[in-house]
Amino acid sequence: MGTLAMIYIFILAIFTGVEVISRVPAVLHTPLMSGANAIHGIVLIGGVILLGMAGDSAILCGLGFIAVILGTLNVVGGFVVTDRMLEMFKAKSPTKGSQDK
Amino acid sequence: MSRTSVAEATYLAASLLFIFGLKRLSSPRSARSGNVLAAIGMGLALGGTLLLPGMGHFGWIFVGIAIGTVPGWLLAKKVKMTAMPQMVSLFNGMGGACALFISLGEWIGEATPTGDFGQAFPMLLGIVFGSVSFTGSLVAFGKLQGLITEKPVRWPLQKSINALLLIAILVTAGEAVAHRMDAGWAVGLAAVALLLGVLQVLPIGGADMPVVISVLNSCTGLAAAVTGFSMHNMSMIIAGTLVGAAGSLLTLLMCKAMNRSLAKVVFGSFGLAPVGTAGAAAQVDQTMREIAGSECAIMMGYARKVIIIPGYGLAVAQGQHLVHELDQALEKRGVEVKYAIHPVAGRMPGHMNVLLAEANVPYPKLLDMEEINPEFDQADVALIIGANDVVNPAARTDAGSPIYGMPILNADKAKNIIVIKRGRGAGFAGIENGLFFDPKTRMLFGDAKKALQELVTEVKAL
Repeated sequence: MGTLAMIYIFILAIFTGVEVISRVPAVLHTPLMSGANAIHGIVLIGGVILLGMAGDSAILCGLGFIAVILGTLNVVGGFVVTDRMLEMFKAKSPTKGSQDK
Repeated sequence: MSRTSVAEATYLAASLLFIFGLKRLSSPRSARSGNVLAAIGMGLALGGTLLLPGMGHFGWIFVGIAIGTVPGWLLAKKVKMTAMPQMVSLFNGMGGACALFISLGEWIGEATPTGDFGQAFPMLLGIVFGSVSFTGSLVAFGKLQGLITEKPVRWPLQKSINALLLIAILVTAGEAVAHRMDAGWAVGLAAVALLLGVLQVLPIGGADMPVVISVLNSCTGLAAAVTGFSMHNMSMIIAGTLVGAAGSLLTLLMCKAMNRSLAKVVFGSFGLAPVGTAGAAAQVDQTMREIAGSECAIMMGYARKVIIIPGYGLAVAQGQHLVHELDQALEKRGVEVKYAIHPVAGRMPGHMNVLLAEANVPYPKLLDMEEINPEFDQADVALIIGANDVVNPAARTDAGSPIYGMPILNADKAKNIIVIKRGRGAGFAGIENGLFFDPKTRMLFGDAKKALQELVTEVKAL
C-alpha cells in the first residue's frame, strides 16, 4: 500500500472518529473512553505479526511475544471493563416514563 | 481467494465494526451492543492476521494471548466501579507499551543500511507515543490508586528539564536515523520518551487526571495508527486513528466542562494559579452552620422536591447504594427526588452515572447540568454529598478564582442546602467554597456513608 493512500485513510479516519462520537451524552463519556481504549488494543495485531514473522531472530521473537501479551491485556481488559460498565446501564433503563427529550 | 485477501477482508470488516461500534457506544440504548460489535471486529482482525502468509510461531502467539487474557479478564471483572478510571489508565498503558515494543521490533527487523527517512519516521513516532503513553498511564494509575501522591509534584527547573527532554528526543531520533543499523539510539530514544511520560504526568494534580487519561488514550490511539503506518496495516491505521480523533474530542469536551484549557492542565495546575483574591476572603462570612441528621431527615421528609448532588466523596465512601435507599424512602413519602450530575462529577465525565447505575438508580432520574439547573429554584432541598468545586458560586462571581467561569450546578438557588462533608477543609482543587457559609446552608459533617445511613433510618422513622 502506498504512503499516500495511507495518509488519505488516516485523514478520513480522523473525520470519522470525530463525527461518530460528536453527539455523545455526558453519561456515556466514561464507557466511551473505555470502549475507545479497548479499540486501540488493535496494536495486538501488530504484535502478532511481529512475532509471527520473526523467523529465527531471537530478539524479534522476544519483542513480539511481550507485545502480544501487552496487547492482549489491553484488548481483553478494555472490552470486559466496558461491558461491565454498560451492563449496569442496560439493566437500569426502565421502559416506564418517557426519557426521550 | 488468496490468504492475504482473506486477511484484508477481515480488516475491512473489523474497521466497519469499529466505526459502528463507536457510533452505538454514543447512545445509551445501543451502547452495550456497540462494545460487543467492536469486540467481534477485534476477533475478526486477529483471526485474519493468523491467516497471513509467512506467519509462524503459532504456539508462542497462543501462549502470549493466553498469558495476557487471564490477568486482563480477572482484573477487569474484579475491579470496583470506583476504581474504574485507574483501570482504564492501566490497560491504556499496556497498549502504549505494546506499540513501543512493536516499533522497536520493526526498527530492528526492517533495518537497511541506506536509511530511508520515510520508512523510519512512523517507527520513531511509534516509539515516542508508545513510551509516553506507557509511563504516563502508569503514573496516572499510581496517582488514582493512591500509590503516588495525588498532589502536584514539583521540582526546580521543571519546564526547562521537559524542554531539554524534548530536544533530547529530537537529537536521539536524528542519530537513530543516521545510525540506522545500530538499534542503540532507538532504545535511547525510548528511554528519553519513557522519562518524559513520567515527568509530564507527575506534576499534574489528581483533579486533572481524567483529562490526562483521555489525552493518553488518544496518544495510544495515535501510537497504534503510526505503528499501522510502519507495518502497512490498514486495520491498525483506521482503528488507531479513530481512537486518536475520538479521544481528542472527548478531551476537549472534558476541558470545556471544567473550564480548563488543555495547555493549563498539561503545563500548570491549580497550585500555580493565583490563589483566591482578597475580595473573596472578605465577603465570606466565616461561620458554617452545623445540623443534626434527624433535623435533615425532617427537612427532606416534608419537602416536595429534593435534588441530590453526588460528588466524588460519595464514591470514595461507597455510599451510592445508600443514596438510592434514601431516595426510595423519600419517594415513598411522596417527595420528588432527582439527581444533578455535573459533567465532571466523580473522576471522569460520566463516572458518577456509572456508579449510580450500579446502585440501581433509574437512568431517567439522573439529569445533566443544563437540564437540572433551571429546576433548583423549585427545589426545597439541595443535598450535596461529597461534592465541592462543582457547586462553588465563586465560579460565577469571583473573577480571581482559579475556577472562575467553570459551569456549576446552581445549588445555591435551592430554598435549603444540606452539605454532607467529611471535614471543614477546601475541595480537591484547594479552593474555599462560599456556599458552605451561606445562611441557607446547613453542614452535616462526617463520612458520607455513615451520614446517609443515619438519614435513611431517620426518614424511615418519620
